[in-house]
Amino acid sequence: MTEQRIKWLELGAFDDIPKLGSRRIELDKMKIGLFRTASDKIFAIEDKCPHLGGPLSEGIVHDNCVTCPLHNWVISLESGEAQGADKGCVRSFPIKIANHRIFLGVSKLHEESA
Amino acid sequence: MKKESLVIVGNGMAPGRMLEHLLDNNLSYDITIFNAEPRVNYNRLMLSPVLSGEKTYEDIITHDDDWYKKNDINLHKAEPIASISTENKTVTSKNGKVVSYDKLVIATGSSPIIIPLPGHQLDGVMTYRDLDDVDRMLTVAAASRASKEPLKAVVIGGGLLGLEAAAGLAEQGMQVTVLHLMDTLMEKQLDPSASWLLSEAFKHRDVAVLTNADTEKIVDRGDGAVSGVILKDGRKIPADIVVMAVGIRPSTTLAKDSGIEVERGIVVDDQMQTNILDVYALGECVQHRDTCYGLVAPLFEMAKTLADNLCGTESSYTGSVTATRLKVNGIDLYSAGDFNDGADRQEIVLRDASAGVYKRLVLKDNKLIGAVLYGEASDGPWFFDLLKKDADISEFRETLIFGQAYQGGAQLNPSEAVAALTDDSEICGCNGICKGTIVSAIESGHTTLDAVRAQTKASSSCGTCTGLVEQILTWKLGDEYEAAAITPVCGCTHYGHDEVRHLIRAKSLRTIPQVMQELEWKTSCGCAKCRPALNYYLVCEYPADYKDDYQSRFINERVHANIQKDGTYSIVPRMWGGQTSSKQLRAIADVVDKFRIPTVKVTGGQRIDMLGIQKEDLVPIWRDLGEAGFVSGHAYAKGLRTVKTCVGTDWCRFGTQDSTGLGVRIEKFMWGSWTPAKVKMAVSGCPRNCSEATCKDVGVICVDSGFEVHYAGAAGLDIKGTQVLGHANTEDEALEIIVAVVQMYREQGHYLERMYKWSSRVGHEEIKQQIMENKDKRKRYFDRFVASQKIAQVDPWTERVAGKDRHEFMPLTVVSPAKVTHLEVVR
Ligand code: SRM
Ligand SMILES: Cc1cc2nc3c(=O)[nH]c(=O)nc-3n(C[C@H](O)[C@H](O)[C@H](O)COP(=O)(O)OP(=O)(O)OC[C@H]3O[C@@H](n4cnc5c(N)ncnc54)[C@H](O)[C@@H]3O)c2cc1C
Ligand code: SF4
Ligand code: FES
Repeated sequence: MTEQRIKWLELGAFDDIPKLGSRRIELDKMKIGLFRTASDKIFAIEDKCPHLGGPLSEGIVHDNCVTCPLHNWVISLESGEAQGADKGCVRSFPIKIANHRIFLGVSKLHEESA
Repeated sequence: MKKESLVIVGNGMAPGRMLEHLLDNNLSYDITIFNAEPRVNYNRLMLSPVLSGEKTYEDIITHDDDWYKKNDINLHKAEPIASISTENKTVTSKNGKVVSYDKLVIATGSSPIIIPLPGHQLDGVMTYRDLDDVDRMLTVAAASRASKEPLKAVVIGGGLLGLEAAAGLAEQGMQVTVLHLMDTLMEKQLDPSASWLLSEAFKHRDVAVLTNADTEKIVDRGDGAVSGVILKDGRKIPADIVVMAVGIRPSTTLAKDSGIEVERGIVVDDQMQTNILDVYALGECVQHRDTCYGLVAPLFEMAKTLADNLCGTESSYTGSVTATRLKVNGIDLYSAGDFNDGADRQEIVLRDASAGVYKRLVLKDNKLIGAVLYGEASDGPWFFDLLKKDADISEFRETLIFGQAYQGGAQLNPSEAVAALTDDSEICGCNGICKGTIVSAIESGHTTLDAVRAQTKASSSCGTCTGLVEQILTWKLGDEYEAAAITPVCGCTHYGHDEVRHLIRAKSLRTIPQVMQELEWKTSCGCAKCRPALNYYLVCEYPADYKDDYQSRFINERVHANIQKDGTYSIVPRMWGGQTSSKQLRAIADVVDKFRIPTVKVTGGQRIDMLGIQKEDLVPIWRDLGEAGFVSGHAYAKGLRTVKTCVGTDWCRFGTQDSTGLGVRIEKFMWGSWTPAKVKMAVSGCPRNCSEATCKDVGVICVDSGFEVHYAGAAGLDIKGTQVLGHANTEDEALEIIVAVVQMYREQGHYLERMYKWSSRVGHEEIKQQIMENKDKRKRYFDRFVASQKIAQVDPWTERVAGKDRHEFMPLTVVSPAKVTHLEVVR
């Protein structure tokens, strides 16, 4: 995907996400978890554990990972990959922070005139 | 030929540097500078040493009047530019002076953000940006020294500038308080461990640091001067001056009004040119590749690029990585790059608790990508250099953290924390044995655990300090001593649960980052195993003052409901002692209908569970339930769950005591308490035991002569009949015994260790001795429980209905399908 085709969709303020915490967004039918690490990086991954679909945004955030609340799989927020012996991957999405606001990278966005 | 004219707006550090480069290249422009400040160019970074009195203004001047004269540069001081005409290529100053340019450089820097709080215009409210600000502060500091009591300063903002201002004012003898909105200081540059060390250092120099401090207003003394601030949580802090250091905003008004493209800053390309030909921008006012900088190093790089381009040498600026160093005497702090950790990264952490040193390096693909150094930061620039050069460090990775001058292999000693304890630190709480006593026992030839135990009694009672005693043996005897293996809490530490608990007590550690620093945690912010455990140990140790670490709790404990396999929730309201009423049942029926709750079930704990609730519905459901008098049943808590009862003397023909009443009394006394793992109780009215009291954590069997108190049973993963703790003659006595044994368990249990496991580890005889035979001890356990209950019995559902943690119950954003017809998210 080339940089030019990305549109940035504003999601909310940086401080809406607590440190070492997360928030969920709903985009059409998809649920995406936004996570903030100890060092204030924001990551976005699909809010659906590769194990049995647990809501990752309800997990505990540590390092650049989140531990799923249902059966404790540890998922990398950067790559979406399950860590350790577990195998599986969720989609991860580009995020940009500007003016203390959070933007999600989307493409082919056709907004109808309001 | 007439020289081209170069006009510069703003005479800060960035254009200062650019001029030096231009002059080095002998390029002949006709140069005119307009500056709003009434002075020559000075080193803004050095304002803090001027404030603290280490330097004077003269010391920090970079270009004096002679320099401008000698180089034929026309400097207009105190002459701000009011407008630019990019069409006519002229600038107009506030005083009406018009000058035309061939090339224009806008270098207006940035201005401090002033939060428009009520009272922000009062006399004594200041910012920290230029020499005038420093002069204002110094005037107050002089007045402070002249008055009997030192004057008080409040600094709003615990970032780089705020802390430098605070340190400077304290150095000048003022009484300083720093208010910081976030949990930790300099949260942008530091990880929590380093932040914690920093705030300790400030406390040691008598600067009060208040975190999570959100200012509501600045108070008027009555004559237009400031007298203090009031925080949103009601705290009042008196102040004679208030310094706002909450951040900076690029100064872009001039550019924007002149039709130059501005977003957060003035937008420039890699050649530092704005969207308008021949108009350049430079310094903190600039936005380059989406980034605005607030430190000089990148600005100096920009200055070099722009100078090259003005000389006709094609040159590009491609962005910078930045490094920060706090310039406060006696505090050594450095941070650079990206110090996130993650799957593809490794970290190297070095903690030397006794020396107050913390160093953390983050590596990726054998390259250094981030560094935080505290306490000993002399290697900062060396690390930064490796980082910028993308150097491969695999050759010297093992010794990297020891820095550039590392010679030979200094080995880290795992018992360092024990070594650092003073001789009078208590090691064995049960018997009151201090480190010094144990050390002398070892020195007089008691070189095994048993020998030390026999000689001193240390670790002979509950045994939870065994690991610590062994650490002391290891420290004294080295390899001679072979310690039994301790199971660490998790991969982040080599300490076990007992050692961690004891060291929290012995060193009076009060926050999670503090524990991680002092106990030399191997990771920067722990994991999902150790964080909840540490949080529990700290709550238990300091029930009144510890601020619960929300993000270290499992989701159920954050939202006060139980997560289900499909991401919905279940809730179980309390039904005291398993009793209910028509009013309660009606209220439950009503919410089930109103919110279309799919499943309602009677639980094994004698109450009602509602399952399949959407997260967004939780708070409205609790509102309705709360109106009917329900509170949370804590079905999710590591705490008191249920107290099951039977009908007892109220109805039953065999009942010997009021088992229902006692169950309700226990539940009302103990609800809300947190314990290492869940605690379930039951009271049966006779030995037929209809409430299954003999497989509970605590159970009571009522008999004619009183109450038999049982404990340490379970009927889950393991099935265990209870053991009898003792007999009580009265309900009051039974309650005291129950509460005391739970408190003993709270103070000794490992996180997630059920009561029966704790009792088999510590020993039934020991517990019985402490609770049944030593009445004073029992009373003290009881009193400690009662003290901690004062703040524990707040219904979490009511709090959330009132608005607490609202963010937890709703998505950040819902982008509706109506607004977005087709959309695909980029990978
Ligand atoms: C709802 C209930 C079953 C029911 O439909 O009756 C239940 C449901 C759950 N139990 Fe239980 N237990 C329930 C009574 C029991 C009992 C019976 C009792 O309390 O008398 C036991 C055996 C007694 C005991 O604990 O010793 C019991 C032993 C367990 C265990 C094993 C604990 C152990 O240490 O051995 C677990 C697993 C755990 O805690 O790690 C567990 C865990 C769970 C969890 C919380 C699983 C989880 O972590 O998500 C279940 C979800 C509850 C929810 O509402 O979503 N539940 N569970 C009962 C709720 C009681 C209440 O009113 O609060
Ligand atoms: C107390 C303090 C400590 C600091 N410590 C450090 C540090 O340790 N390390 C670090 O890297 N950075 C530090 N900084 C930041 C650093 O000083 C700045 O990044 C740097 O000075 C910015 O340079 P500049 O030229 O872009 O802007 P400035 O130096 O701010 O200069 C801008 C100038 O333009 C003038 N001006 C504005 N508008 C107009 C106008 N319309 N017409 C004419 N003139 C105008 C202003 O009066 C000002 O003099 C510190 C800053 C402060 C205040
Ligand atoms: S336990 Fe059960 S029991 Fe005892 S009195 Fe009862 S009914 Fe009756
Ligand atoms: S669904 Fe995430 S671990 Fe099972």
